[in-house]
Amino acid sequence: MPKTGGNKPVEARGHADATGTWVSKLHVPTGSSRPGEKPDFRALNLVSDDAMFRPAPDCETREAEPLAHGLVRVLDDEGTAGGPWLPELSDEHLLQGLRHMVHVRAYDERMFRMQRQGQLSFYIKSTGEEAVAVAQGMALDSGDMLFPAYRQQGLLFVRGRDVVDMMCHCISNARDNCKGRQMPVFYTWKDGNFFSISGNLATQFSQAVGWAMASAYKGEEHIAATWVGDGSTAEADVHNAMLFAATYRAPVILNIVNNQWAISTPQSFAAGGTTFAARALGYNIPGIRVDGNDFLAVHAVTDWAARRARRGFGPTVIELVTYRVAGHSTSDNPDAYRAHNESEAWPLGDPVARLKQHLIGRDLWSEPQQQALETELKEAISRDWKQALSYGSLEDGPHWPVATMFDDVFQHLPAHLLRQRQQLEEKE
Amino acid sequence: MSRSASKVPETEQPDGEQASMSMVQAINSALHCTMAADPAVLVMGEDVGFFGGVFRCTEGLYEKYGAHRALDTPIAEGGIVAAAIGMGVNGLRPVVEMQFADYIYPAIDQIISELARLRHRSGGEFFAPVTIRAPCGGGIRGGQTHSQSPEGIFTHVCGLKTVIPSNPYDAKGLLISAIEDDDPVMFFEPKRIYNGPFHGHDNNGGGSGSWSDHPLGQVPIGHYRIPLGKAATIRAGRQVTVLAYGTMVHVAAEAIRASGIDAELLDLRSLLPLDIEAVAASVRKTGRCVVIHEATRTSGYGAELVAEVQETCFWHLRAPIERVTGWDTPYPHAFEWEYFPSQRRIVDALQRTLAYH
Ligand SMILES: Cc1ncc(C[n+]2csc(CCOP(=O)(O)OP(=O)(O)O)c2C)c(N)n1
Ligand SMILES: [Mg+2]
Repeated sequence: MPKTGGNKPVEARGHADATGTWVSKLHVPTGSSRPGEKPDFRALNLVSDDAMFRPAPDCETREAEPLAHGLVRVLDDEGTAGGPWLPELSDEHLLQGLRHMVHVRAYDERMFRMQRQGQLSFYIKSTGEEAVAVAQGMALDSGDMLFPAYRQQGLLFVRGRDVVDMMCHCISNARDNCKGRQMPVFYTWKDGNFFSISGNLATQFSQAVGWAMASAYKGEEHIAATWVGDGSTAEADVHNAMLFAATYRAPVILNIVNNQWAISTPQSFAAGGTTFAARALGYNIPGIRVDGNDFLAVHAVTDWAARRARRGFGPTVIELVTYRVAGHSTSDNPDAYRAHNESEAWPLGDPVARLKQHLIGRDLWSEPQQQALETELKEAISRDWKQALSYGSLEDGPHWPVATMFDDVFQHLPAHLLRQRQQLEEKE
Repeated sequence: MSRSASKVPETEQPDGEQASMSMVQAINSALHCTMAADPAVLVMGEDVGFFGGVFRCTEGLYEKYGAHRALDTPIAEGGIVAAAIGMGVNGLRPVVEMQFADYIYPAIDQIISELARLRHRSGGEFFAPVTIRAPCGGGIRGGQTHSQSPEGIFTHVCGLKTVIPSNPYDAKGLLISAIEDDDPVMFFEPKRIYNGPFHGHDNNGGGSGSWSDHPLGQVPIGHYRIPLGKAATIRAGRQVTVLAYGTMVHVAAEAIRASGIDAELLDLRSLLPLDIEAVAASVRKTGRCVVIHEATRTSGYGAELVAEVQETCFWHLRAPIERVTGWDTPYPHAFEWEYFPSQRRIVDALQRTLAYH
């Protein structure tokens, strides 16, 4: 019997070159830039009129099809709002949206700096994509359940979470509601209908569908909304989510945040040459691609999907086209894998600047007011940080009592964990 | 079916030039050597190509061998392993990087039901010579999803070999063996010791060092193999046998030194195949045994070791075999040093074992 069985010898395949290695015909995607290259976002096809219509929220998937390849926008490059997706939002609502985004940015800046000073073990910023969580959060009802990934901290600001509590979580102190068990940014907030964020990518996407199925099962109005990054769409959970959502017409909004990068890997490795919104069509789910840095467009599209879900017409996939301005996390330097100035070349601008420009254009806001807002929120964050530290720091505590690490593994402490807890306590 | 593998002599102590390497550099060197020797070898995984891996283990491979052999992949661990199996069946020799051992689970069906059993279920006709590398273990404030040690899950699966090096020299020689092995190998890399040995977080004698001051940080530049299934004796002793692997080898060594106990410390290096001869010879000599791992306790690899030792050495044992392990909880962010088996817990176990007459 030949030892190696049926495996083809390597020589039998491919074309050998002079050195005896093969000449690969494999296609390997490229991205918008690598260090030293000129950023090029043309492959995204951001200029399109395909999305210049707004179907009824109870439409067939087929009627909405062009929206999956186009790009829904409300704000033009000059900050003027218009078009079929123009939402009816009060001035207060828009000003509140701006305030939330500025608040998130101030929070991110401070937490990032505190990580650099060793106060946090890790941090993830949402810079440049604040409109996604803020506008979407504001378009939903407070009873709707959120299943976010780790870059939607804006949802917590919209839902009114105490910033001090968020910070206490990030430094694992005695007031951390996760009891010191989770890394920073993996928030949990049941009172705010905000699910526990997982470190394992995309798992929440299909769980949100289950939550929505239960809501429909109980005949309730609440819908679920969930988020994954472009890179994370590769996980099988995203297929599972779309399949179950379509099969049971679950009242869920499936959001794909296409911020162009998954750590060092360009979105093209997951998109396969099409849009993420277009993925939905094969499942018979409407897919809508929206300018993710356009607060009004994001709000309008989310509102459309929420209405559709609430009325029993099932799920929507929303692709939010945005840009991850910061590094992936505090653990990487993006200059090592993309052009140094890539964010400056991003064609859809900055969400805060664009909403500000719109509001100034409508005489609802001014530069001095913007400056004052930024100063006010920066100072608020400083006060919150001082207060958070007064409850304990990561390195010096106080933390939760050490023995509490054995709690919540099960509902009731089993005998073997009781024994282990006693062993740990004997040592203290 | 590596064309070059059979030409390379198996050498434990290769001659030739050496260099000071961290564990990351030694792993990187193993990848360079195997890729240079065999065009069928390629690396694949999340961020392993252009970026060179989040821990830098695949650095320089993209520049040297191109985007096709340092292959960035979509974030789909199940897809990555499945593709590696298909490539392996079609004559390639993929080395997969899982970004963290904690993220292997989406691939578990492909690993357990497919990779591990392909040779057996096809009557020996098909196999996939896939190596799966994954950084494991805690001590880097990674919380519950960047700290796990799941080796025991894989040693429980028939058809997989499982390896965990504790130093640069072993890491390179073992990884080359793993890659050139026609069976699938799970290769876990304790990330806490990627850049230097680590002795635990205890105040007395704890802390970390640099591989440049460590004899096993001197690594041959060229190709060499360390056979899978051979333990290494880190320290000879008469009173008690200590079985450890990965980071815990260093914590145990320092605990033994500080305690003054004359313990024999074995670095298992390969959990499956296990060097039961070396283990049994030592326990027969000392009559006592302490098993250490960072992974959770219940149904952990330590339980297998305890069973093997009592089966092979029952009449030589003078004390119950002790286990020092991580607690049966997820790895807690704030309490990682209370979770991580400390020198103190190791010394306590050694002393309890020695108290039997
Ligand atoms: C199952 C799993 N695999 C790998 C990782 C490691 N990882 C964390 S974030 C990340 C990139 C995710 O990129 P993307 O989905 O685009 O989200 P973004 O970070 O851009 O918001 C990777 C690979 C993980 N957390 N979980
Ligand atoms: Mg991304």
